[in-house]
Amino acid sequence: MDSLTANVPLLLFLIVGTIAVASSILVVAMRNPVHSALFLLVTFLCVAMLFIMRGADFVGAVQVLVYAGGIMVLFLFVVMLINVRSLPHERMTSPFLLGGLAVGAAIFVLFATIVRTGAYHDEVNRPDLLRSTSTHITETVRAADGTVATRHVVRHHIVGNSEAVGSALYQDYLVPFEVASLFLLVAMIGAIVIGKRELSALEEETVPDFILERMETEADVKEVVNA
Amino acid sequence: MNWNDVAVLLPEIIVTIGASLLLLGPFLRRKPRPAGMSLGLGAGQPAEVSTGDESAKWWMLALLVITAISLIGVSWAAEGLALSAGFSQMFALDAFSIFFKLLFIVVIAMVALLSDDFLRESRYSAWEYYSLLGFALCGMMFMASGVNLITIWVGLELMSLSSYILAGYYKNEEKSTEAAMKYFILGAVSSAILLYGISLIYGVCGSLNLMDIEKSLSTLISNDALMFGIMLLAAGLCFKVAAAPFHVWTPDVYVGAPTPITAFLSTASKAAAFAIFARIFYSALHDFHLDWSNVLATVSALSMIVGNLAAITQTNIKRLLAYSSIGHAGYVLLGIISLSDWGIRGILIYTTVYVFATLGIWATILMMRRHEYAGEEIDDFEGLSKRAPFWAFAMVIFLLSLGGIPPTAGFIGKYYLFSAAIEAGYGWLAIIAVVMSAVSIFYYFKIVVAMYLREGKEADMVITRPLQVVGAVALAVTLIFGVLPAPLITQVEQSSHWMATRAAVPHVGR
Repeated sequence: MDSLTANVPLLLFLIVGTIAVASSILVVAMRNPVHSALFLLVTFLCVAMLFIMRGADFVGAVQVLVYAGGIMVLFLFVVMLINVRSLPHERMTSPFLLGGLAVGAAIFVLFATIVRTGAYHDEVNRPDLLRSTSTHITETVRAADGTVATRHVVRHHIVGNSEAVGSALYQDYLVPFEVASLFLLVAMIGAIVIGKRELSALEEETVPDFILERMETEADVKEVVNA
Repeated sequence: MNWNDVAVLLPEIIVTIGASLLLLGPFLRRKPRPAGMSLGLGAGQPAEVSTGDESAKWWMLALLVITAISLIGVSWAAEGLALSAGFSQMFALDAFSIFFKLLFIVVIAMVALLSDDFLRESRYSAWEYYSLLGFALCGMMFMASGVNLITIWVGLELMSLSSYILAGYYKNEEKSTEAAMKYFILGAVSSAILLYGISLIYGVCGSLNLMDIEKSLSTLISNDALMFGIMLLAAGLCFKVAAAPFHVWTPDVYVGAPTPITAFLSTASKAAAFAIFARIFYSALHDFHLDWSNVLATVSALSMIVGNLAAITQTNIKRLLAYSSIGHAGYVLLGIISLSDWGIRGILIYTTVYVFATLGIWATILMMRRHEYAGEEIDDFEGLSKRAPFWAFAMVIFLLSLGGIPPTAGFIGKYYLFSAAIEAGYGWLAIIAVVMSAVSIFYYFKIVVAMYLREGKEADMVITRPLQVVGAVALAVTLIFGVLPAPLITQVEQSSHWMATRAAVPHVGR
């Protein structure tokens, strides 16, 4: 009975992990984009569960909120908007399929062996070490005879998950965090620059007639040529 | 984070704010002309339409000047500033980073000048273009200053993302779009590889700070995960500097991108990648020199051989320079492999010298452009000595500098790099480097022969003021540092001093 309870986390991990891998394969294999999106949702939820099982409940919650919530809605929105029912049926075998699979498998084996045989730092192996911090407090103690003494107390306490993430993000890693926001800004500028019509504002004011005129002349020329 | 931290970050903050404000530039435009006047434009000259963008260049240059002034000011005051502990784990304003930041600012200013009439002739907005250049500069400054792998990586990504967009800025040109797409996909893969390497190194060392990594590596024996992490990190960086097995994107991207952006990619972006390459390998990973140096030596040898041999057969000058830049990446890697004070000095000197010679070449190429993509075959250079004798001469100087011939600055850089390699016991690599330099002289002289010995076509040249400025600055730097290298060398010795001592301490490699 004892061994059974000890194995529950492992069993749970295996089940959730299998579902995650299987559904992520199905994301790619499905023909209907909506089905793909739904399987992606399953993958996100499984990954969130894996995070929570590993003790990172804040990251798990963020995973559900941001990915399963926000990003999935965006995906589905786009899929509905462009109204693709089902992709045309293509041949699944490409000349690179076999080679690609072989290279992928080789790289997977390489990564897996190396990552397994590596020796890691303690804090990385034991995430609970990261979470306990010690605070130094100076306490004033009034002794029985009325004298006041101060004493130095070190208190170890377990920091909550979201507190740890927050202090890491806004204190230790503030600089890269801000640069990452710049990164998103550049991505947005890029999307606008590449997505917008290339006419400048002045042209937009003035050119429509000019394009119309050119189209008319082209139509005239074509008529003449055809005749 | 305290006010001292903010003061140290001031140049980056100024660039960020300035680049964001540049996006508002189109509102500075005068009121559009009434619709009736548009008929006068005619169908033949859409180039004239995008007016009002001329001031973009001046705003950009003003921003760069302010940034440079603030950087110099902050670097004077930096020693007295007490940084908070968390901040100093991420960011350092040391002599090494100041050297590279000033170099980046100068290069971006020159790229802005190169872009000027290129943009005016196209129908694409100049404001977003300069803004993206500003953000790329911001990313490069964070790369130069980052002492934490996360800061370095985020800075690298900021620079890369800006350059993906800039490479595809001519979105109606198939070549430009293709270049951007290739660059983006391969760049994303290489970033993932780099990140995986970083995460493995973090797993082994328990920290992302370069000093902490160095500390924990000094007590560590080799282990699979660490070695794999270092190799993945090196592979990702080699992609960014376009070293040989990771170079396939270079020719297509250089050819497809708008020419000023090619100039940016082959100078500033490369210099920034070498700055972080040197910083990571000199200050954090030097204890494992024995393990990574042979791998990088192979990469270096391959880059020199592949780059220079493939350049021989090229007729498109952008493609030729792309292959030649792969070769140059191989030379600079010599400085990283040798891991000595001469090596780090060589990296700094060679990067500076290479950047200016290359910018000069791009300025000359842009003078020959007749419309968007012309002026890039070697044939276009025929008879340049008659059409523009001064610029033909300047071109010869730039090419000599790239080839490393004595009266030019390129010789000084190669001298440092090659002797560093020999000193570190990589004589065979130095021999390959010398032989490949000789090969490079061969294809550089194909251009010289075309300019001086062949009869030219009568093509008009567009020698505008900004191009002249860039060409003149590049020529002056190349010649002055070639004849009088002392100021550059003293500066480089100061800037690289700390890194050199870092690398020299335990030194298992020799």
